[in-house]
Amino acid sequence: MRRVIRNWHSLAASLLAVAALTHLPLTLPDATGPSGHGMMIAAGIVVTTLLLQAFEASGPALRGTILFLGAHLCALALILNLAGNEGKMSAAFFILVAASWLLAWASASEFSRQEPRQKSLKAFLRLLIPAIFGAWILILWEVVTRGFGVPFILLPPPSAIGIRIAGSLAILWADVQQTIFKAVFAGYVIGCTSGFVVAILADRVDFLRRGLMPIGNLMSALPIIGVAPIMVMWFGFDWQSKAAVVTVMTFFPMLVNTVAGLSATGTMERDLMRTYASDYSQTLTKLRLPAAMPFIFNALKINSTLALIGAIVAEFFGTPIVGMGFRMSTEIGRMNVDMVWAEIATAAVAGSLFYGLIALAERAVTFWHPSSR
Amino acid sequence: MVMRSDHFRHHALPVLTIVIAILAAWYVGAYVLNASFQRDLDRRGNVTSTPIEFLAKTMAQPKPILPAPHQVAQNLFENTFLRKVTSNRSLLYHAWVTLSSTALGFAMGTALGIAIAIGIVHVTTLDRSLMPWIIASQTVPVLAIAPMVIVVLGAINITGLLPKALISTYLSFFPVTVGMVKGLRSPDRIHLDLIRTYHAGALQTLLKLRLPASIPFLFASMKVAIAASLVGAIVAELPTGAAAGIGSKLLAGAYYSQTIDIWAALIAGSVLAALLVTLVGLAARMVDRMMGAKPEGKPA
Repeated sequence: MRRVIRNWHSLAASLLAVAALTHLPLTLPDATGPSGHGMMIAAGIVVTTLLLQAFEASGPALRGTILFLGAHLCALALILNLAGNEGKMSAAFFILVAASWLLAWASASEFSRQEPRQKSLKAFLRLLIPAIFGAWILILWEVVTRGFGVPFILLPPPSAIGIRIAGSLAILWADVQQTIFKAVFAGYVIGCTSGFVVAILADRVDFLRRGLMPIGNLMSALPIIGVAPIMVMWFGFDWQSKAAVVTVMTFFPMLVNTVAGLSATGTMERDLMRTYASDYSQTLTKLRLPAAMPFIFNALKINSTLALIGAIVAEFFGTPIVGMGFRMSTEIGRMNVDMVWAEIATAAVAGSLFYGLIALAERAVTFWHPSSR
Repeated sequence: MVMRSDHFRHHALPVLTIVIAILAAWYVGAYVLNASFQRDLDRRGNVTSTPIEFLAKTMAQPKPILPAPHQVAQNLFENTFLRKVTSNRSLLYHAWVTLSSTALGFAMGTALGIAIAIGIVHVTTLDRSLMPWIIASQTVPVLAIAPMVIVVLGAINITGLLPKALISTYLSFFPVTVGMVKGLRSPDRIHLDLIRTYHAGALQTLLKLRLPASIPFLFASMKVAIAASLVGAIVAELPTGAAAGIGSKLLAGAYYSQTIDIWAALIAGSVLAALLVTLVGLAARMVDRMMGAKPEGKPA
């Protein structure tokens, strides 16, 4: 019984593969490029399951690798069979896709059972397991859009988006320069710095803190993005207006978090600094700012996504003829959906890189914090 | 009585001072930004006015660069209280449209967030593989592509409330998931062990221990989520397809340079946000009390 529970993914996959055999071939009768590979792929899934039974006693690493190879070879074969048969796939095809997905799921769960001692191996696994998940989102997306023949306008397959990205690198780069290197960075630096400075001021002057904090808390819940049209009116169509929107959006989270962080130190630590006869600025730089760093980095992280959103949305209200928001709004008007998705992918990668860089800096700065140990 | 004057000095007075300072700065800004246009206007019309008259004129332009606070307040008052609720110009009507998609999106986002969190806490594979993608999902500037999502969904005849609510859902599930994962894992080892000695299964542990323990976390993240839902709903109304809502009001104002309208819509959105967050806060306190927390005890 235990053995069945442990292997239920692969056993279910084999049952599906056998069920698929009754619905062969992979393509509908009216397909242009009928395929006879269905038997082979189903056999691949069954062989993977049998291999797994043979290696029942071995550790999760080997079992995970077998499953990983089996699942992805079958998926590759299935996708190759799609070519020329968009929208003409039979039930057998989708059953086999589900079976390979089960195998991939099983491999991920075998890998997450693994608890390696080596640090490098641990880091590798921490990347591999989410990577399997991400890869299957793409695989299922590709299979569903092309297998069912979903209209291109509604959702283009990832392969088409990838080709579009590769084909328009120059345009994407120009947009990234306009939106991210000019608008986002300028606004992010100005907004975060001014938020930080005001927070220090508010910390110094208690009256200011009592007055600003309720307003700051309220403001960080407000739809500040609505100032975008006003800023475009004030600062013109170029990147300055977008930087202004980003500045306003990033200011309040920074202010609120920094003030909260500055009060994070205990009385004991402050008293200790007092016994050292340290003055305000010494206490600030040696004790309270370092203690506030987790909060400040939290704001920097929140702001990194806010900044990107602010700049792109502000571009909907008027831009020169370059920029990510401009490109999205014009290309959707021309129904070039793959270009829009290419911009989205670019923005997501840029956003993740931005976030990742800040997270790395956080690790370096707040190495002492319990959450990074 | 002593308590009350203390409260005034420590809370109301500073806030009031800052608000007055902001209003004063706003008036000065309105004068400075609108003066040059007014001067132009006066010169062309061959009008000479005293400084006081001139000042009054900068505050009474129909399409100022920066409207004065009282202009915005007047617009807000007229469009909120003097118009029929069904009228296209009533802010209450637009606020209602935005509110309904916010509420639907928030409900769906919260449900989705809780479901994902329960999955993550119970299935190791999900924990390992899903969590990084959930964080990555928020670096996709979905707010920026919201108008596109609306247009595309409109192309396959999904229109009305649902597309806007979907944007709100996407924005609001994230804080709930993160907060609930933390909350469901918040019970101490001791409590988990105790409930194990009672021979409770995973479901019973979830219902009797994990869920009750996660309530404070849930409400804290719901406050963030409802604000995010509102932002999502407003931005989703930006494409020309949306005929009503705070967002469409903003866009219309931007097209026709009706600055006073823009500011009024902005303030209406802010009031809505404040109301919603307060509402969630009140609900949190009520639930807290129903679950047996002492009235004086502060919610975590």
